[in-house]
Amino acid sequence: MMSLLDHIQGAAALPEIFLAVAAMALLMFGVFRDKSADIVNIAAIIVLGITVALVLGGAGGRQEAFGGVLVIDTFARFMKVLTLFGSAVAIVLSVNFMKAEKIERFEYPILILLATTGMMIMISANGLIALYMGLELQSLALYVVAAIDRDKAKSSEAGLKYFVLGALSSGMLLYGASLIYGFTGHVGFAEIAQSIKAGEPGLGLTFGLVFLIAGLAFKVSAVPFHMWTPDVYEGAPTPVAAFFAAAPKIAAMALFVRAMLAPFPSILPDWQQILVFISIASMLLGAFAAIGQTNIKRLLAYSSIGHMGYALIGLAAGSPEGVKSVVIYMTIYLIMTLGTFACVLAMRRKDGQVENISDLAGLARTNGLHAFFLAVFMFSLAGIPPLAGFFAKYFIFMAAIKANMITLAVIGVLASVVGAVYYIRIIKLMYFDEPVERFEPMVTEVKAVAVLSGLFVIFFVLFPQPLSALAEAAAASLF
Amino acid sequence: MTITLGHFLTVAAILFTIGVFGIFLNRKNVIIILMSVELMLLAVNINFVAFSAYLNDLMGQVFALFVLTVAAAEAAIGLAILVVYFRNRGTIAVEDINLMKG
Repeated sequence: MMSLLDHIQGAAALPEIFLAVAAMALLMFGVFRDKSADIVNIAAIIVLGITVALVLGGAGGRQEAFGGVLVIDTFARFMKVLTLFGSAVAIVLSVNFMKAEKIERFEYPILILLATTGMMIMISANGLIALYMGLELQSLALYVVAAIDRDKAKSSEAGLKYFVLGALSSGMLLYGASLIYGFTGHVGFAEIAQSIKAGEPGLGLTFGLVFLIAGLAFKVSAVPFHMWTPDVYEGAPTPVAAFFAAAPKIAAMALFVRAMLAPFPSILPDWQQILVFISIASMLLGAFAAIGQTNIKRLLAYSSIGHMGYALIGLAAGSPEGVKSVVIYMTIYLIMTLGTFACVLAMRRKDGQVENISDLAGLARTNGLHAFFLAVFMFSLAGIPPLAGFFAKYFIFMAAIKANMITLAVIGVLASVVGAVYYIRIIKLMYFDEPVERFEPMVTEVKAVAVLSGLFVIFFVLFPQPLSALAEAAAASLF
Repeated sequence: MTITLGHFLTVAAILFTIGVFGIFLNRKNVIIILMSVELMLLAVNINFVAFSAYLNDLMGQVFALFVLTVAAAEAAIGLAILVVYFRNRGTIAVEDINLMKG
């Protein structure tokens, strides 16, 4: 087995291979056994755990697999662990919801495993082919996951919209990839970088770069390619929306970072101005469009668009410091989002799940713990010190200022002030309004996710050092 | 007249644009959108193969084969989601896809 892996130079890609094989084995198990959803759920979480161990246990430093198609460095390892963690928590959050809605199917965890395999390939992609294949493996699984509640019109509509817009964006990304290949003559990131350095970058290459960025911006749901996000979040079942907001965003952002910095470091000004535009537009749209929302999932969708805007500031800075801030931002964003969605999942009454913001009125008096943690997450998403969300934004803005992008940082701060309006409105609703009908008590695993991520968000201020050091090492491996 | 790389790229660009417009301008049928997506991916394949021949480099053709495979999988998943949608709503007209605003 090991010698076979060595023969195809795949030893460094062992975690991906394991995850893919395990997903297919579980698929077989699920097909041939009745009522296998529970077992497959647990097995999928164990598989994700083993994959984390394989990622961390692999040889250190910079490894390449399959003749340089995939690269495994500190950045990749860090982002992979985050992604695997996000996927595992998404499965944990889904179990009870799927049972209550009577859509417990073993396909759900398997699709998540396959999507996660795609994300790991995206994170490690060291060339245009691996980039495209990873992205498609992830997207194809996600289209199906969005429509997993197949007897509900909303869920299938979410799947259809996501599919059409996702296919359009992959088409654009691919067109960009073909132009980049044509005008540099290579598909590997390192070779592309060399070829650009050697010659004058032509118009064709810039064209290709724009298309590539358009495709990637879609995957991180940045403006102007964000249209799918609110609809998909609203239409898809809540645990699916939680998954969409967490792991795929991490992977897509990691891919974005690598696909800009590895092949195109010498034409930084070309893509920097595009990213500055995208990030300003995302921050402003995220701040203003969320104000009028009545559905909490739509609100969180706009919030995630805004957060991607902030994270892109760090990438636009194009420095090791900027990448470090992106890594920190994505880590904290992941934990805040999972916690927030755990609180949203707990909005359940006897007659089913509720999603309106007005249903939260007076929550502090009917369920103090729920209200407290949701308030913590809202403050943190708004970036109020001393919560973790503040530090995420702090590192981003510091990186922008050091890269001499002061206007960008100022716009970011202003957008986050506007954004605070709708976060704090929810807190006001929970603490100062008359209570409406109470929710069912929180399920154990949902409560655990909310409490643990809430504690991380509160106490991050005491221990920022380890994450900061890890992020620094991850960023350094890209330069 | 000899056929140069520029001609291939122009054809591919035209096909790609037709594909994009097919997605945005069509108000009738989702299947037309699926066809447009297919058209975009095939336009990209023309690009890849033309560049590959022009550069004397095999990678473009390898990429084109991967794109073909993925396009097939994408069409299968698209049609499956479309069938699910049709069962729920009884229509696949684009203007009826409006349960959620946006």
